[in-house]
Amino acid sequence: MEAKGKVFKYGDNVDTDVIIPARYLNVSSGEELAKYCMIDIDPDFVNNMNKGDIIVATKNFGCGSSREHAPLAIKCAGVSCVIASTFARIFYRNAINIGMPILECEEAANDIENGNEVSINFDTGVITNITKNKTYQAQAFPEFIKKIMEADGLVQQTKKRLSN
Amino acid sequence: MGMTMTQKILAAHAGMDCVSAGQLIQSKLDIVMGNDITTAVAIPEFKKTGAKEVFDKDKVVVVLDHFTPNKDIKAAEQCKSCRQFAYDTEIKNFFDVGEVGIEHALLPEKGIVVPGDVIIGADSHTCTYGALGAFSTGIGSTDMAIGMATGECWFKVPSAIKFNIIGKPSKYVSGKDVILHIIGMIGVDGALYKSMEFTGEGIKELSMDDRFTIANMAIEAGAKNGIFPVDELTIAYTKEHSTKPYTVYEADADAVYDEEYTIDLSTLRPTVAFPHLPENTKTVDEAGEVKIDQVVIGSCTNGRFSDMKIAADILRGKKVAKGVRTIIIPATQKIYLDCVKAGYVEDFINAGAIFSTPTCGPCLGGHMGIMAAGERCVSTTNRNFVGRMGHTESEVYLASPAVAAASAIAGKIASPEELEG
Repeated sequence: MEAKGKVFKYGDNVDTDVIIPARYLNVSSGEELAKYCMIDIDPDFVNNMNKGDIIVATKNFGCGSSREHAPLAIKCAGVSCVIASTFARIFYRNAINIGMPILECEEAANDIENGNEVSINFDTGVITNITKNKTYQAQAFPEFIKKIMEADGLVQQTKKRLSN
Repeated sequence: MGMTMTQKILAAHAGMDCVSAGQLIQSKLDIVMGNDITTAVAIPEFKKTGAKEVFDKDKVVVVLDHFTPNKDIKAAEQCKSCRQFAYDTEIKNFFDVGEVGIEHALLPEKGIVVPGDVIIGADSHTCTYGALGAFSTGIGSTDMAIGMATGECWFKVPSAIKFNIIGKPSKYVSGKDVILHIIGMIGVDGALYKSMEFTGEGIKELSMDDRFTIANMAIEAGAKNGIFPVDELTIAYTKEHSTKPYTVYEADADAVYDEEYTIDLSTLRPTVAFPHLPENTKTVDEAGEVKIDQVVIGSCTNGRFSDMKIAADILRGKKVAKGVRTIIIPATQKIYLDCVKAGYVEDFINAGAIFSTPTCGPCLGGHMGIMAAGERCVSTTNRNFVGRMGHTESEVYLASPAVAAASAIAGKIASPEELEG
């Protein structure tokens, strides 16, 4: 599995309130939520991005609320991957559970700049910065988590488990 | 190698003798909880699993507390879907308007959560129940859905940071000041993926309400959970509120911690977190001249009876400053009624404050106190992120109920000691 796109770069502690503010949480459809993705940190994000683009941020991405609406909005907006130095733990598991690709890589998070063209090989965890002609190695997922991702999320995996 | 308190609870619920940090486990769940916002997302996911019923009708809890009483038509539709789901699945613990309270005050009050439980809640402040010596953590809607279907959840076993609490706090230093001080010290990701285990002789100086407030904000340091040892006070609280069997776990003497800190309660001051992160703390003495437009006293962090009491004690016979909208929200119907009986509601209204039905409302910028650009609020809630309580150019200052009440009177961030003159 691969991804390629332009980077939208943010800093530390991007919280779930700025990813999808509570004023939009009176709906739960991913398509509706995607219209407001990142609105309180980058009001033009949805207009400026193209399908497949990548979000890169430094530490503690997705901190705050447990709202799954945050990774859902990012996924449904068409973002192909979020790369960060670290993720807040609820965001991390929510992203995995819904099959939204995320990678932890401090070197990439620090070095990649806004607007860089980046490609990602999810099988090897290699992130390539095409603009800077550099590569970074992200941590591979543990086997347990790979299985959830391969099943296209925890719901599909559980469905199989319950039907057996 | 010894286990931390959290690890022992998780090992027992995973059917294992021993677990260690970093291990991935499948744990049995004692309670699975969601609110109106997160349950609405979990319901379709639950149905997609093919499950016909919830794993245990006594162990699934749905609390309609965030956008209730329904703030708009879309919120009403979400609540309607939750209500229908609760009826269809015949879950025992469904709380709608009239019975509802803010989930993290309500579940302990109703005796739904007890020491030794493993609890997941689709709300980040689910870590609150760690005050009772339970393992309790926030998760998302998909985990809630899977938890409802299977009664299980996957976890990476956390390592822990130990906070050795010593000393005795001064009059206006509360649990809120303790946790704000700690977050200021270690940062909003200082406990990322980890447990915060509170221990030490100073714990006995902390009321159950103080402990709930401290555990509640463990998430604001990035923690997976916060947890307190079970002592006589915990047992008394549990017996008063619950008939459920409970189990007391203790950390092993040789448990390994990533870091250890000592917190001397006698040295702490009332503390305020400035915008826009809970780690931006200053003592109230260092706050300077910060004029305010609004005060909110309530939430899962500080909407309990002792919070109402200290606010009433400070506001009684005084007036809030002209132009400071003072919104007081008890966390549950019981606390509301207790405030009526104690005469606090009269104190609040005479002081020029308003007293509302329980709701999470303003804390997350839902309703009941949204701010315009340039406005400032001193709030007893838990987050002061950009736009948290309204416009992205509004500001939230997090503080204890005592500081919030004093600030309402002064019209600026103030210490209750100043009012005592």
